[in-house]
Amino acid sequence: MNTLSRILSAVLLLLMVVLGACAPRPLAEQEEPMAMDDGAMMDEPMEEAEAPMAAEVMAEPEMAADPRVGLGAGLFDAEEAIWNLNLVSATRPPEAFVGVTNSDLAFKDNYAIQGNYNGIVVWDVTDPASPSLVTEYVCPASQSDVSVYGDLMFVSGEGMGGRLDCGSEGVQERVSHDRLRGIRIFDISDIENPDYVANVQTCRGSHTHSVLKHPDDDENVYVYVSGSAPVRPAEELPGCSGLAPDEDPNSALFRIEVIQVPLDDPASAAIASSPRIFEGLTAPPRHGQAPADLAAIEEAKAAGAFTVNFVGQEIVLPDGYVAQMLASYLEEQGKEGPATAADSAAFREALPDIFAEAMGAMIGSVDQENAGPTPCHDITLYPEIGLAGGACEGYGLLLDISDPLNPQRIDAVADSNFAYWHSATFNNDGSKILFTDEWGGGGAPKCRASDPYEWGANAIFTLQDGKMEFKSYYKLPAAQTPQENCVAHNGSLIPVPDRDIFVQSWYQGGISISDWTDASNPVEIAYHDRGPVDAETMRMGGSWSVYWYNGLIVSSEIARGLDIFELVPSEYLTENEIAAANTVQLDYLNAQGQPTYVWPHTFALAHAYVDQLERAGDLSAESIERVRGTLTNAESAADADSMEELRSMGSTFMEGANDKLRKLAEVMTALAG
Amino acid sequence: MRYLICVLFAAALVLPWRVAAQDTTSASNGLEELYWQRQEEARSRYVQAEVDFMTGMISHHAQALVMSAHAEPNGASPAVRVLAARIINAQKDEIDLMQTWLADRGEAVPVVHAGGHMPGHGHAHMPGMLSQAQLKELEMARGAEFDRLFLTYMIQHHQGAVTMVRELFRHDGVGRDEEAFKLASAIHVDQITEIERMELMLGQ
Repeated sequence: MNTLSRILSAVLLLLMVVLGACAPRPLAEQEEPMAMDDGAMMDEPMEEAEAPMAAEVMAEPEMAADPRVGLGAGLFDAEEAIWNLNLVSATRPPEAFVGVTNSDLAFKDNYAIQGNYNGIVVWDVTDPASPSLVTEYVCPASQSDVSVYGDLMFVSGEGMGGRLDCGSEGVQERVSHDRLRGIRIFDISDIENPDYVANVQTCRGSHTHSVLKHPDDDENVYVYVSGSAPVRPAEELPGCSGLAPDEDPNSALFRIEVIQVPLDDPASAAIASSPRIFEGLTAPPRHGQAPADLAAIEEAKAAGAFTVNFVGQEIVLPDGYVAQMLASYLEEQGKEGPATAADSAAFREALPDIFAEAMGAMIGSVDQENAGPTPCHDITLYPEIGLAGGACEGYGLLLDISDPLNPQRIDAVADSNFAYWHSATFNNDGSKILFTDEWGGGGAPKCRASDPYEWGANAIFTLQDGKMEFKSYYKLPAAQTPQENCVAHNGSLIPVPDRDIFVQSWYQGGISISDWTDASNPVEIAYHDRGPVDAETMRMGGSWSVYWYNGLIVSSEIARGLDIFELVPSEYLTENEIAAANTVQLDYLNAQGQPTYVWPHTFALAHAYVDQLERAGDLSAESIERVRGTLTNAESAADADSMEELRSMGSTFMEGANDKLRKLAEVMTALAG
Repeated sequence: MRYLICVLFAAALVLPWRVAAQDTTSASNGLEELYWQRQEEARSRYVQAEVDFMTGMISHHAQALVMSAHAEPNGASPAVRVLAARIINAQKDEIDLMQTWLADRGEAVPVVHAGGHMPGHGHAHMPGMLSQAQLKELEMARGAEFDRLFLTYMIQHHQGAVTMVRELFRHDGVGRDEEAFKLASAIHVDQITEIERMELMLGQ
């Protein structure tokens, strides 16, 4: 074995150790690989082989404490568990849509628009206790991802059975000019009678889409289309090619589509660009180390450990590898015997070069030309900060969208724990981004007690100067049965002032509300869950999407219909914080076109800030009481004296060093008039 | 949602149905009956190519399980063990789903033998399948050599699955069964994503 190959093998082993350091903790608790040694027979269906798993999951003693474990099954009569939420209504699907998948949601005025694989259902949620059915529009296509802007509604079609004429007979032929895969555009100025005005066909169909309203462009909106199904034949849609880009520069792979929709003539909507935002995406940076890891490195260095820079991260070389590499180094220098202090120092100096050379030799030997994602799953646009989060197969991307037709990739992250980057959500001030991992695709039970916490979870990153830095994972903290499809899915921010609160679907895991204000320590603060649709077999169901909209938390239940919730005050969230959140009123919402929440100056907001000052311990109990008294008095008396008191208290706080106190002061001053 | 592997819903038909009139006890029972009726109906729209695909893919996946089961005893690195654990977890679930898909439609559910082949069928012709010699080679390999071989062969194996999906979609009538469409699309996109990851690991 020559020196170089010894070093190489040491490095290879080292890399494996490094990669292994990202391994999820409960590896030992993984399901045991099926006994399928050569010659062994497995005659029983595998589902039966898995049956004991269910019992094990349910028997986990620490899990038994969670009320979500062990809920009885049923389509419309499953057992439920709820915490810090109130289920205001649960409405079954209309007959034309029952038994067919309910999908994503969009909102306009008092309407919740619900996608379904059979078309679109519109609910009037003015009375959330009793949503009324406004429109049943049958026009089959999966997944019927839906968005709105002004009087327009956009609907995604990806499946093979979608027809241009909205017919229900499907499409039989492999190549057909009746097939719709792409975006349907409707005029919904009369929402009871959607007017189907245009189609834009795309090569990979539209799995999801996001509508971009650029702050400086009032004449167009832009629809970013992501399609992950196979490319359709050129005979069906001319120009479509599924070849690799080096074989065909016009390949429909490795790109997204941007449709430009002129608002005065939506029927002329067309693909205006096909940005190749994945170009050069071969060797992604991995997420950074946790603070505990960084501290450990510093400690190891202080104790004399050897470190190297690996893919932008400092890592400690394990002693065994140092010994091996040092021995190789000495051998190369023609030295024998134990290393002296001088040898060791020389080795320390030479190490970066040795390591870089070894790395180069290994990386250079592999063709990575075709690595990298070919589409995104979903792109969340945040036009007010000019950024988008792209969840794109094996990567999370940060995109600059200041030029709508030419989004530019400015950062990319990958994570060995993430199977499939699915969706993104920014926090309100754009200092953080949360990605979800739809491990297993949403149709598989990935929240069993044996499934690792880091797999199929959220990953939370801070955002600074266009760079994403990993902070933590969050996964639904209650184990689900093998009969429940469960993994991280869609959600939105709840506008609690100064806090990052996220309501999120976990399919049959139910909905979970988490607080990620402290990016390193997300915690669950509320939930709702039902038992499985079917007790015996995993049947598709659960919450596809859940979004906050004007005080309501609205969930699209795949099998069961539409659920509406309200927050209930708890130790995690005060009545005032909820009231302040509910002062934010939107005219419409597409969760993938994220709006900036702005809080009007109200007494509810002031009280919410006071509650937060109290929670943080930033004001004495006496001061808290005095401020509350002043606020309450000003609100109820509303006379000159009470307003003067409010103003004067506000101006005192304005001079303090505490940010929250200054925010409170601004609200007080505004309220005092 | 990306795809619904186990979805039992069809996008296509709005069937004529006898509404709750038949069931005078409660409207909800009528709706529930309709729900299960639609689920049943959704399972009647498949073609033979999909049956062949599911049947073939079950044994294709089974071989991936055999390959992955070697990781631990053969001294694979932690990273490769994690990958193998993930493949076992994912493909076991998918085999389960494909078996359910076939059983739901009254089709024969393949009995899977170790080694990834079925009695009476030679599946070595399926794209990406390892030959007996390659399997043996993997079985004998240890440590870093196992890692390299495992990644190389699993990339080959996954690429074969991707090819199988592309071939499936060359048949008329494929994808009207929404569940089959989602399952095939899922395998397509998952395995492409995993190939990317394995190429990176091999590169490192």
